[in-house]
Amino acid sequence: MKPSLEWQIATVKAIKSENARVKTFTLALPDWSKHRPGQHYDVRLTAPDGYQAQRSYSIASEPERSGEIDLTVEFLEDGEVSSYLHEVMTVGDQIEVRGPIGGYFVWEATMGGPLLLVAGGSGVAPLMSMIRHRAAAGSRIPARLLYSSRTPDHVIYADELERLQNAGDGLEIFHTFTRQAPEGWTGYARRIDNQMLSEVSGPLGKMALTYVCGPTLLVEAVANGLVQIGMAPNLIRTERFGPTGDIV
Amino acid sequence: METIQSDMNRALMLDGNAAAGILTEIFAVEMTTNLAECAHCGCQGEMGTLLAFTQAPGLVLRCRDCENIVMRIVQAPGAIYLDMRGMAFLRLERALV
Repeated sequence: MKPSLEWQIATVKAIKSENARVKTFTLALPDWSKHRPGQHYDVRLTAPDGYQAQRSYSIASEPERSGEIDLTVEFLEDGEVSSYLHEVMTVGDQIEVRGPIGGYFVWEATMGGPLLLVAGGSGVAPLMSMIRHRAAAGSRIPARLLYSSRTPDHVIYADELERLQNAGDGLEIFHTFTRQAPEGWTGYARRIDNQMLSEVSGPLGKMALTYVCGPTLLVEAVANGLVQIGMAPNLIRTERFGPTGDIV
Repeated sequence: METIQSDMNRALMLDGNAAAGILTEIFAVEMTTNLAECAHCGCQGEMGTLLAFTQAPGLVLRCRDCENIVMRIVQAPGAIYLDMRGMAFLRLERALV
């Protein structure tokens, strides 16, 4: 790890629309260093008058990809950074970032498993870094993702998640839809509750390494629920996105 | 010592992870995996487990168990103010050389 954290100028290499409110920005970094899945970067904008706004965004890409990172960002109406990224920034633009940051909400294949991931909305981003890393590292550690979205259109990385699950290396994906499920859907169609957590976590046992990321109230409910169903509290790690995300 | 704030808005709450950038700026090492003891209730935990409130003029970290304030960080133009009265100790892991 680098001893100190320096700001650097990243260049936007690609922008991908994940859904109506979420975009993934691929940033090329002159001073790239390998991150640990779950870490984030700080993004800083400076106005001509010197006013600065700063936000943290999780890295969605795997550390095996060198020289660049993906940041998946949800558009928030009152978000002064996310609205700039979504509405102003184009490929080739430059932006100030520093990272990778954080060591607590981190999973690497060398830490073992089994692995339980619970996501609400765009909270799937840091978990996607873990899932992509798991695949890139050739890990067969049993892993399950429970992913709550409002509707199928709100699911981020849908095709890639399905492809990774179909690889048959021990990754299983469970979607739940809180507003509208697809026609003929036989899976979960409600907010995450203790019964759902029990069913999804069951085969992994009580000692699964657990990572929960999403809007604060969802993370609160899930973290409490996991403890209530008997999961080891010291193995549950949370990353709260705050109040601004959609209720999922 | 602070007392428990009943008006704590849990919807605004983030994790210690949210303070990782500024903490690294201050301490020059990754801090969220370092151990801190709450001066109010005595519980110990990694700094990443603290509850973070970033909407105030400063950044406030509270104990996950008793919800009292453990650390306050205020960034002024020429200096950073660090109030750690709520922390009994902080364990800084030596970097492996």
